[in-house]
Amino acid sequence: MDRDPLAAPYLWTLLSSFLIYGYFCPVPGIKTFLRPAYANMHERSFRARPIALAATVLGLTPSLLAQDPTTNWAVSPGVVGTFVLLGLVLLTAALIIGARVDRLIRTLRSRGKEQGALARVDDRGLVSNYTHEPDNPLVDAKKSETMVLEAQPGLRRLITWYLGCAVGWLVIGTLIGQYVGMKFVWPDMDAQAWLSFGRLRPVHTNTVFWGWASLAMIGLGYFVVARTSAAPVPSLRRGWHALGWMNLGILSGDLFLMAGINNGGGEYREYIWPAVLPFAWGLFLTFRNFYGTVKRRTIGEIYISNWYILAALVWTLVLVTIGYLPWYQNGLGETVIQGYYMHQGVGMWFMTFTLGLLYYYLPSAFNRPIYSYSLGVLAFWTQMLFYTMIGTHHFVFAPLPWWLQTVAIVFSAGMFIPVVAGTTNFLMTMRGSWSAIGRSYVLPFFLVAVVFYFVGSTQGSFQAFRFTNHLWHFTDFNVAHSHMTMYGIITFALWACMYAILPRLTGREPSQLLVGAHFWLAFIGLFAYMISLMAGGTFKGLLWLEGRPFIDSVAGLRPHWIWRAIGGSLMFIAHLLFAWNFFTMVRRPVANTGAAPADAPTNVVPSIS
Amino acid sequence: MLNFHKDHQNLVNVALLVFVLLSMGVAVIPANELASSNAPLPTMVPLTPSERRGLEVYVSEGCAACHTQQVRNIEMDKVWGDRPSIPSDYHYSKQRLDVWRQSPSLLGSERTGPDLTNIGKRQPGVQWHLLHLYDPRMVVQGSIMPRYTWLFEETATPEADAVVVPVPKDRLRDSSLVVVADQRAQDLVAYLLTLKQADMPGAGEPVFLPSPGRRADTKEDAAGSDLPDGGALYVQTCSACHGAEATGLPGAFPALAGSPVVNDQDPTLMLTIILGGYDARPEFGVMPPQATQLTDTEIAAIATHVRSNFGNDAPATDPDAVKAVRSTVAPETALMP
Repeated sequence: MDRDPLAAPYLWTLLSSFLIYGYFCPVPGIKTFLRPAYANMHERSFRARPIALAATVLGLTPSLLAQDPTTNWAVSPGVVGTFVLLGLVLLTAALIIGARVDRLIRTLRSRGKEQGALARVDDRGLVSNYTHEPDNPLVDAKKSETMVLEAQPGLRRLITWYLGCAVGWLVIGTLIGQYVGMKFVWPDMDAQAWLSFGRLRPVHTNTVFWGWASLAMIGLGYFVVARTSAAPVPSLRRGWHALGWMNLGILSGDLFLMAGINNGGGEYREYIWPAVLPFAWGLFLTFRNFYGTVKRRTIGEIYISNWYILAALVWTLVLVTIGYLPWYQNGLGETVIQGYYMHQGVGMWFMTFTLGLLYYYLPSAFNRPIYSYSLGVLAFWTQMLFYTMIGTHHFVFAPLPWWLQTVAIVFSAGMFIPVVAGTTNFLMTMRGSWSAIGRSYVLPFFLVAVVFYFVGSTQGSFQAFRFTNHLWHFTDFNVAHSHMTMYGIITFALWACMYAILPRLTGREPSQLLVGAHFWLAFIGLFAYMISLMAGGTFKGLLWLEGRPFIDSVAGLRPHWIWRAIGGSLMFIAHLLFAWNFFTMVRRPVANTGAAPADAPTNVVPSIS
Repeated sequence: MLNFHKDHQNLVNVALLVFVLLSMGVAVIPANELASSNAPLPTMVPLTPSERRGLEVYVSEGCAACHTQQVRNIEMDKVWGDRPSIPSDYHYSKQRLDVWRQSPSLLGSERTGPDLTNIGKRQPGVQWHLLHLYDPRMVVQGSIMPRYTWLFEETATPEADAVVVPVPKDRLRDSSLVVVADQRAQDLVAYLLTLKQADMPGAGEPVFLPSPGRRADTKEDAAGSDLPDGGALYVQTCSACHGAEATGLPGAFPALAGSPVVNDQDPTLMLTIILGGYDARPEFGVMPPQATQLTDTEIAAIATHVRSNFGNDAPATDPDAVKAVRSTVAPETALMP
């Protein structure tokens, strides 16, 4: 089998991103290291170098694209696009690592130059933070959160409980995910009905969807809505009820699934309606609370975050209703609804809500206003118009109406508009604060979430093309894509928001070393997970295209599944660390009445409410 | 009027209204059309109560997590069916199950395991299915499917009418026990056997869109021989029962390695069994006839492969020999090569 086409664009992307990065990177250490690569470029022709690079890129691209995608799958636009996007993720990782390595190099260079040689005495108490280990480059102190925000009495506790439940579901849900992932390698781990793959897979997906991401979003949403409306939440009691109903829905849904009682639906529609009903009721109560807060706002404008959050709740209530009503769902009617439901569940609920959260937490974490309010509004309406149309791209070449498939593919490409608008907005907001990323333990989470927002969404659009469906549909590539988005975008964004807001609510910071460990374990784990399944999925698709016996595509994937299990383990360890960090942030919160205890940060900023 | 920035009511109402309208257009109305306009093909029959219960086991165990039931209209899916799936194919299986559960999502999204659209035709043996459900790795080496042991019972005293699964003694924890398929396993197999594409009389040649990079025809590949790759065909067609190494499964499927029928200088008996099937020996499972599944060339390739591999040593066969046997065994079944 000819596997060369896979290697060429991949290596090219890798090499070029490395070289381009080395070239533009602000890190002198890296540049020195890469100097030989640019040896033939004269110092004075500095301006000519980017042109030379661009010419190389432009020169190579047409030769790649000129080939006929029907004979060489590796040059089809969807595949090339995906490789380029993966290169972007690598580039981001390289940027973060580069910033760290640069600090390391500088520290090493300046070592022994009198720094820290003298003991310093601070008689007047002017220094608030000091360290005896200035040379420790790996875990040097990051910026601390120095203020405690006041919130409506009781709201902090409600938010903490939403987030706490979410963290609990994250640990349970990913433990199950890890277990079912290992079953690909060791199918005989158990022979228990309740633990069998077919029953546990939806337990994993639904638990992390409804348990982790949804509860975390709503908890974080409470703060955004109250804060940006400068108004109290109408009924905290309703918030507690909603939390109870939603937890009841998830718990009962999971137990039903494990007992073999499921709705018969496809992805994310596996809970039977008696389990979904309490969850949906919780969503409805949440909507009433959020809407009531926005209605009572003491500010004229409705902040853009609230657009996204309110719309996400309304759309999801409509979605659940359409997904579970029976009258149009016999035969392939169900399949149309399944494509609509599974895609809009992700797009209208998780993505929309999380964007709403990002529009508040990202600018506030960078301490800058959002770059463009109108871009946010444009992204909002296009998100609604385009995202809604694309569900059927999960059933390309299935016996569904051809026009429906075409609409789905066309609007999948249209998703570039809201995605580019959103990404531009976030990146431009972060512009000028790049150096802050190296000094903060929160900001790298935001950066990863934003980069994955672009990469994951765009890659999804490529995947919807008819050609890429030949290669990737039905393979493990889909699983890689859903982790790239639900984990790379949503989960990283939620972590960013939680690390950004909790210390300000409780006055307690987590150990920076453990946050760093959480970040890198999750990021490297996700990368191992994604790359192994993407390579495996491509390999599988090629075997199928070649018409090999099916069992070859099972046996051949084993190494990929082992790597997936390794990546999954790293992710799971990261979640345990995160749970611990969460615990250290919320136990014994500092009173937020203005009088801070002696061991707490001192500048308490009263908030509006 | 539509001041979204300041009027929360307008904002929420417009977002709701537009979303509902789009959802109607792209989901509810097309779904309703498909749901109300799918008649079964004249050759299809409704599910019996047992098959229906089997479908419920299929749903309950989440089989669709790994097995699709859709033959896409692209060439690479040809291995899973004779024609692309059409909405009518799902007429009987995709109905609301009961008040608690919806019409099952059978089309699936992942092919971790093979597509099952035509499994009843490809693999018609009840015993094979039971063995495979009890321990997939017993019959398919390298399978990663779960064992569904809870659909079976191990007992020392099976009832007279019990369906005993021919599990080899050395595969049992306690060799004094026998494995009995319970009602759910039998129902599930009954359902799986209904999965075959119904004929579309007079529909003409099915249209598959070409898939890129796909081998145009197996014939061109086998350099030096005009037969297709018998090894690959063996893995696809025969190895599920006879094993990847042709060792069979004692008590269920006969070994081909060292078999006197295979090693016979005259291939007639072997070709007769392949074409017409075989159910003469009660200690073994049923061999399904392949006359309607494989062309003469393919059968010749498989027979030649088996006769010269796995330690066997018998002369090659050719399509003409198959054709000659076919005319006596199953004269009406000649397939287009």
